[in-house]
Amino acid sequence: MRVVLAEDLALLREGLVSLLQAHDFEIAAAVDNGPSLLKALLDHRPDVAVVDVRLPPTFTDEGLQAALEARRQVPGLPVLVLSQYVEQLYARELLADGSGGIGYLLKDRVFDAGQFVDAVRRVASGGTAMDPEVVARLVARGRDDSPLGRLTPREREVMELMAQGRSNAAIAQQLVVTERAVTKHTANIFAKLDLAVSDDDNRRVLAVLAYLNQ
Amino acid sequence: MPWRGLRLWLLSFPLLFVSTMVTTAFSLVGVGVGILLVPSAVLALRSLLGTYRDLVSNWTGRTVERPYLPVPEGGPTQRFVAIIQDPATWRDLAFMLLDPFVSAFTASLSFFAMLYGIYGWLLAAFLGRIIKAHSGNEWYTFIPLQGSFSDHPVNAALIAGFGTLYAIAGLYYGPRLMDVYGRWTQSMLGPTEKSRLALRVQHLAETRADAVDTSARELRRIERDLHDGAQARLVAMGMSLGAIEHLLDKDPDRARTLLAETRASSAKALSELRDLVRGIHPPVLADRGVGDAVKALALDHPLPVEVSVDLPGRPDAPVESAAYFAVSEILTNVAKHSGARHVWVDVRYEAGMLRISVTDDGTGGASMSGGTGLRGIERRIGTFDGVLALSSPPGGPTIVTLELPCALLTS
Repeated sequence: MRVVLAEDLALLREGLVSLLQAHDFEIAAAVDNGPSLLKALLDHRPDVAVVDVRLPPTFTDEGLQAALEARRQVPGLPVLVLSQYVEQLYARELLADGSGGIGYLLKDRVFDAGQFVDAVRRVASGGTAMDPEVVARLVARGRDDSPLGRLTPREREVMELMAQGRSNAAIAQQLVVTERAVTKHTANIFAKLDLAVSDDDNRRVLAVLAYLNQ
Repeated sequence: MPWRGLRLWLLSFPLLFVSTMVTTAFSLVGVGVGILLVPSAVLALRSLLGTYRDLVSNWTGRTVERPYLPVPEGGPTQRFVAIIQDPATWRDLAFMLLDPFVSAFTASLSFFAMLYGIYGWLLAAFLGRIIKAHSGNEWYTFIPLQGSFSDHPVNAALIAGFGTLYAIAGLYYGPRLMDVYGRWTQSMLGPTEKSRLALRVQHLAETRADAVDTSARELRRIERDLHDGAQARLVAMGMSLGAIEHLLDKDPDRARTLLAETRASSAKALSELRDLVRGIHPPVLADRGVGDAVKALALDHPLPVEVSVDLPGRPDAPVESAAYFAVSEILTNVAKHSGARHVWVDVRYEAGMLRISVTDDGTGGASMSGGTGLRGIERRIGTFDGVLALSSPPGGPTIVTLELPCALLTS
């Protein structure tokens, strides 16, 4: 699987390169600034891009802008954005085109190599990887009188994991329940939130995120 | 409108009283008692002239600011010296002596013209006949009075006609005369270039002291947060790593648990640093400027917040930051105290001002003092010459408006 990597701190860049190589990814390009990121994305058309939000020359949201621009030119290009901070505003912008293949994670998540690589793979295959912190803040906005308030604590837990982009199997493993139980919870959640049920994992996640982003 | 002239004319009576006080006080300086009396007499004069300033500002739209230099605390001699050294005192005295004449020929003139007009009508109606019956003698303008309509209709009609002219002229020229009077007041009672500068220096000294205080307090807070938070965690992690090194051969299981704990601790340290940085300079503010940063605030707010932004560029970073934290604090207040269901934030740039208003449909009745923190916000934006206005009638809505003068950098 070919990856384009953008990270301006050499130490972190090397770390990510070796981490991804250790998990059988092929590094098509590893760049350290916004303009060369856009060029690399358009030239290499990687299977997935791992991008730091803040890059030279402006040290603002250069990486995010390059990723969004690349996705405008190559719709659906899978991008996993890493950042020291997660902002709902940026999460919304990334999800705005509704086409999936989007990840937005805190840099800390790299500590858990297994989960991180799993997230990269998920994004590459058109799935979603939202940071638990983003999801928690999205859910926190729901007031008690909204449909979110009618979810049982367990359903809420399942929904948060689903919004992070996890598959039913992964959710079942994390919560130590059977996959059947998760499927049942999912059906309840969709009924309570009045969302159309879909068998496709990725669509389901996007539907939940779109609901939370309202 | 003509009553304004009357009101100014009536004001000249207290002015006369105060001016007697002031002149007496000054005449007693030679025998020493004056030094004690002058300050209070002059302060009485100042407060009376404040009424003139307010009236003129309300009536003519010409704002007349107070020009006085601050009177120092201290002994009577010091106060006396400061007051007679303030040029505004002497300009006040000149105003006090000249104003009765100036106002009689400007602001009050229109009132007296109308009064004279009405007197003409009264003469024509019945007063003329009564005066004549008592063999009185009277001239109206240049017309010798002969009687009223009933006995001398031509003479009475002439007098009534002139009376009408006077009344109309008084009504018509009233605003213009008032404006002339406003200019006079402004030039005598308003600040001169020198006192404006002195007042400005005073304001700057105050806001600078505030700014230094605030930033020192911030630095102390950051130092404490780092010391108790991330720094302490790093120390603990270092110790754990030492222990792990030691346990690696002896008790690998124990080492593994400690490793997991250390990793969790590093994540915790990072998250604390993140919160700290968010409090110093929020990432969206740094990346996108105050418009998007306020939108990000709105997304994190427990109430639905509608944000509209109209900014052609970005203000300087310090102004942006001051505006952002002000809005952030106001929004926190709204969530805590207002009982609102909806909030609207409007950010725009108009006439050299960054203007932000936060409106909520809560219960209202907010005040600048009393734990709302609005006074603190006002002080902090004061460093940038910003002002804050609050409108919060009981029952709502509450509107807080900020204005910060600044230039925009267009990207």
